Amino acid sequence: MLPMTTEEIRKTADFFTSEIARLAKGRHIRLMEVCGTHTVAIFKAGIRQLLPENVELVSGPGCPVCVTPNEYLDTAIAYSRKSDVIIATFGDMLKVPGSSSSLAKEKAQGADIRIVYSSLEALEIAEKNLDKKVIFLAVGFETTSPTAAAAILMAAERRCTNFYVISAHKLVPSALRALLSAEDSHVDGFLLPGHVSAIIGLKPYEFLIEEYNTPAVVAGFEPLDILQSVYMLMQQIQGNTARLENQYSRMVPQEGNVAACKILLEVYQESDAVWRGIGSIPNSGLVIREKYQVFDALLNIPIIVEVTQEAKGCQCGKVLRGVLLPQDCPLFGKTCRPEHPIGSCMVSVEGTCAAWYKYGAGRWQV
Amino acid sequence: MCLAVPGKILDRQDMLATIEIGGVMRKVSVMLLPEAKIGDFVLIHAGFAVQVIDEEEAEKTLALFKELEQYATHDN
Amino acid sequence: MSKERIQLAHGSGGKLSHDLIKNIMWPAFANDILGEMHDGAQLQINGSRLAFSTDSYVVKPLFFAGGDIGKLAVCGTVNDVAMNGALPLYLSVGFVLEEGFPIDSLQRILASMQSAAAEAGVYIVTGDTKVVEKGAVDGIYINTAGIGSILDGISISGKNAFPGQDIILSGYLGEHSLAVMGERHGLDFPQSVVSDCAPLNGLVKNMLAAVPKIAVLRDPTRGGLATTLNEIALQSQVGIMIDESSIPVSPAVQAACDILGFDPLYLANEGKLIVFVDPQFTKLLLEVMQQHVYGREARVIGKVVKEPCGQVGLRTNIGGVRLLDMLVGDQLPRIC
Repeated sequence: MLPMTTEEIRKTADFFTSEIARLAKGRHIRLMEVCGTHTVAIFKAGIRQLLPENVELVSGPGCPVCVTPNEYLDTAIAYSRKSDVIIATFGDMLKVPGSSSSLAKEKAQGADIRIVYSSLEALEIAEKNLDKKVIFLAVGFETTSPTAAAAILMAAERRCTNFYVISAHKLVPSALRALLSAEDSHVDGFLLPGHVSAIIGLKPYEFLIEEYNTPAVVAGFEPLDILQSVYMLMQQIQGNTARLENQYSRMVPQEGNVAACKILLEVYQESDAVWRGIGSIPNSGLVIREKYQVFDALLNIPIIVEVTQEAKGCQCGKVLRGVLLPQDCPLFGKTCRPEHPIGSCMVSVEGTCAAWYKYGAGRWQV
Repeated sequence: MCLAVPGKILDRQDMLATIEIGGVMRKVSVMLLPEAKIGDFVLIHAGFAVQVIDEEEAEKTLALFKELEQYATHDN
Repeated sequence: MSKERIQLAHGSGGKLSHDLIKNIMWPAFANDILGEMHDGAQLQINGSRLAFSTDSYVVKPLFFAGGDIGKLAVCGTVNDVAMNGALPLYLSVGFVLEEGFPIDSLQRILASMQSAAAEAGVYIVTGDTKVVEKGAVDGIYINTAGIGSILDGISISGKNAFPGQDIILSGYLGEHSLAVMGERHGLDFPQSVVSDCAPLNGLVKNMLAAVPKIAVLRDPTRGGLATTLNEIALQSQVGIMIDESSIPVSPAVQAACDILGFDPLYLANEGKLIVFVDPQFTKLLLEVMQQHVYGREARVIGKVVKEPCGQVGLRTNIGGVRLLDMLVGDQLPRIC
């Protein structure tokens, strides 16, 4: 989106990649990105190919759809089978497999499941279908959770009585903390999610420097943004420093979006949350505050959910923590593929395994 | 989880803004960016404007990228 | 017998569609002609070579910028026939109408079909109409079948791709899909993104007259450019390498894709074609194409290579290379 010709872009990219190779000489570096959109952007641009072999770019738990536990899907599926319920969801969730079915399969069997682009669209559906209960599947990191909070506030203002939300929101800084405190973690630097940071600002990441002495750069999403961010991390590593830097300054002010954070905290509060493949991480999720509990589907619409089953042999936990590469999972590309995913990493377009598979890992040079 | 696009605010009525993105018009909510004004370039995600784009910083980034071009080590 | 059910993704033209055809449809009819899996059958009847194709049209909304279901029904089948290197001659048409469907809408659609047929130089010579109760179909569904005469000396097949050939695309991607989706999602395109729906047989005729040795011709409809290239790579057992910077996508289409979370390489086009040709003919072919109204923006977008066999690679804007896979399920809108 920055106006440059292909020729100019290639030359600048070339500068960054040569510098990265020079700074990385004689070392083995492991950098982690924690945003599914970064995972896809890196693949789409063919960045791994241009980096030297000794600089590894690993994907972390950056796909909120993938880290949504099976139980959440099973609950949404159970609700979708009720004749007086309309499920409103982002497209990303439609094909995610639960224990025995998926929203796409339920839709094929006649359930009223609608794709929305915005939480406000879900609210509109509620206002146009007063005889139904509309349940919005509120998934996403901090870029998205304020939008769900805004919809709840609007629902409260408009005294809407048939709009509900099931929250699967997750918080990025807590996930980073959990990653770094795990024994098998070995990350030399982080590419931080640019758009999440546009909301939360830089402060929530300060612990990466203060407690873990790990370099971190808030990165944008165009190929050159990503290359520059890797370059900045390499400069830090070579200089033996650990700083929190902001490559994406055009989108990310120091303080983030204060109004959005305020709305978020008005409606939601932090809670422990289960991350599929990882387990429970303290203070890593959001639940609706008591004041807005009338919008909480689970508290207001009784439901019986099947017993959750996790897929056998699934190594997603290790992949999500960046300890196992997708192509090293025995199921990858064989029993576990995008058209029949077994684990969470393969389910969403932005899932680590799905992205690695789609863009060639194990089938072609990556 | 951050698919977002930049757009320009052409009009604003209360909490609803008309945005232009590459020639396409779209209505988005500015509930999360109440200070947004007509003429601002903003970042849009899931039907909401979520951050204002700092044009000065954008110019700086572009200028830097363009400058680094000349240090490319080989011709593509 | 399968206990599975049909999902919407089975109709999207991607991998699931292919699996449906391969595992469920093909075994039911299995014969050599069907086995060619081209956009239409190439038949020999009493010494004449004919191309025969059929398609059904269920697009929603019925009317969109640049066309309607009727125009689509004529152009789609005319193009499928033409992609066999044939001169389309006659179409059949079958209508399934919903009870309550307005007759003036029907008349608009019929007029549109006749207009497209006239432009293509084909005749609608036989047809059928059925009416079903309200709710059993969505307004109107149309099936067209077309027959055409394969030009002398022409041999076009998905199996003819060969390393060294140039790959030419006739113009901008994604216009049809966005025109339809824009209508559906209330997107406002001030500089109208208009469906590119058009009959390409005139363009194809000129191309074959200038370069009879064209190897492969196909129109990138459902599943988009990426899927179509993958199909050819598999059928011919070759590799394909395309250059991202040479693929034409208009800023409005790119913006709409960014908003909705779609990838233009996977969007259906209804008035574009790809052609594989020996590089000695590329310059001539481009000249001929660019002189035709439906080929003005024709350009080379890539080459056929030996490796990776059966796969398509994309050289990215920053100079990296990555796999360009076929569409797997549905292209669902993303916000993530």
